[in-house]
Amino acid sequence: MNAYLITIATLICINAIVACGLNVIVGFAGQISLGHAAFFGIGAYSAALLATKAGLSFWAALPLVVVITALIGLLLGLPSLRVKEDFLAITTIGINFIVEAIFLYIPFFGGALGIGGIPRIMLFGVRLKGLTFFLLCLFFLLLVLAFCWWFSRSWGGLACFALREEESAAASMGISPVRFKLLAFVIGTAMAGLGGALYAHYIRFISATDFSFPVSVLLLSIVVLGGMGTLWGPVVGAVILGALPEVFRPLVDYRFLFYMLLLLLMIRYQPAGLLGEGSMVHRVFSLLLPEGKK
Amino acid sequence: MQLFIEQLLNGVAMGSIYALITLGLALVYGILRILHIAHAAIYTVGAYVGLFLFKLSGSLIIGVAGSMVFCALLGVGIERFVYYPLLKYPPYVPLIGSIAVMLAIEELCRLVAGPQILTFQAVLPFPQFQIGGITVSSTLTAVYCITALVLLLLWYITSKTELGLAMRAVSQDIPIADAMGINSHLIVSLTFAIGSAIAAVAGSLVGIYYNQVYPTMGTVPAYKTLALIVVGGLGSVPGAVVASLLLGVAETLLIGYANIPLPRDALAFIAMIAVLMWRSEGLLGSR
Repeated sequence: MNAYLITIATLICINAIVACGLNVIVGFAGQISLGHAAFFGIGAYSAALLATKAGLSFWAALPLVVVITALIGLLLGLPSLRVKEDFLAITTIGINFIVEAIFLYIPFFGGALGIGGIPRIMLFGVRLKGLTFFLLCLFFLLLVLAFCWWFSRSWGGLACFALREEESAAASMGISPVRFKLLAFVIGTAMAGLGGALYAHYIRFISATDFSFPVSVLLLSIVVLGGMGTLWGPVVGAVILGALPEVFRPLVDYRFLFYMLLLLLMIRYQPAGLLGEGSMVHRVFSLLLPEGKK
Repeated sequence: MQLFIEQLLNGVAMGSIYALITLGLALVYGILRILHIAHAAIYTVGAYVGLFLFKLSGSLIIGVAGSMVFCALLGVGIERFVYYPLLKYPPYVPLIGSIAVMLAIEELCRLVAGPQILTFQAVLPFPQFQIGGITVSSTLTAVYCITALVLLLLWYITSKTELGLAMRAVSQDIPIADAMGINSHLIVSLTFAIGSAIAAVAGSLVGIYYNQVYPTMGTVPAYKTLALIVVGGLGSVPGAVVASLLLGVAETLLIGYANIPLPRDALAFIAMIAVLMWRSEGLLGSR
């Protein structure tokens, strides 16, 4: 594999990790979020600051980064609990803009210059780059997927599904909406923090615009395209949206337009995503598989 | 004191422009409960078409009127092709569709007209005032007059005509309105047409006000107007106007007098989150 393909594959992996986190919030718990890039950014910035200012190694900083991002997710998740659907969508857009503005305007976060000189990750005395870094990202992605699989079968996951389908009915069954919405928010933002840490150590130079609102749109598009609430949806979405710009490369200037038209057609004709319930793939598979299986 | 009054006048003009852009959004939200982010793209198209027709014909009136017609058709097209078929899905589905439309139209503008900033040099046929050493330029007068006219017309349409009655009925309950013999889809389309035509006016006006027309001019308004309709109370047109004027004045005065470390564009969202926490139905909303 050449270095270029590995770069794309690594970025797809990181996007998939962050999108899996968004999927827990949006797909599992039904809480629309258009500000996920903010938490991706909080993860990346805390990893970058811990590495450059505190001099911690990636492995020592990683648990801290994940905890910091999840704590901020918990804090920002609290006001989001008061609002629903459309209000929630706008509130999360607002969070994204405010977080980006803080990164951009407060000198501690490097201001407009961003943070550079983030060291590479060391593992067993080897500097990870290229293929080895990709394998590390793949390992974390599999870890995240395994967690999502476990969570979707745990009591907490089932409670989130119930809240997504009908909040008042779930609440009357004794499921606390506050507790499980926050749980989904914390899990989702923690995954964004992990993705952010990997991103910071891979790109090694970060600035506020890397985590602006369009990135949130991209992340939500990944989840929607793949199929919200499915296990593999975010991975499929990340692969497709990550590979498309390369496939569309001959279109040069018209690339982004095509991208957007594709998303529009997708949402217009397959709103459940590629792997969601009622989608084409889902229907084909239910025809192939005998009844009782899904 | 003189400086303060000049700042205030500029702030009110700023707020009037916000109000013109936000109106269409509030109308659409009121009737379909959709966050119509692509509205800001219609506003960009409005500026481009206005500029193009103005250069072609040399008449500002033809330019703005043509732009209003074009944008009204564009708005109805978006409604028919994207929103109406998606109404049965949860609200995030039309929202994502709307974002895709917005970005696609922005790209189209860039591909057709080029990424550079175009100038919109037109003299607005409005008088200039001089009161006690304070000059009110003809552009400011134009912004005030046009905003007042649009608001008055909109108030008349929504509260005095049969169309307005039908619009209010559809915004309350579509199936019941249908049962009462109202062609609700037609009313929804007309609402989009009205909102988009106002966006065309706003786009042309902003193009002249700043003497700039460029593909991403709708980006900041797209998100700021969302905050404004929340602050005003989702779907409340008077609330949206009040919120827009307050924000315009607050932004201008805070930039002029207070040294806040955050950019002015973040202010709208901070105000919005504060309003949501304190009065989640918005300033003039009822829920």
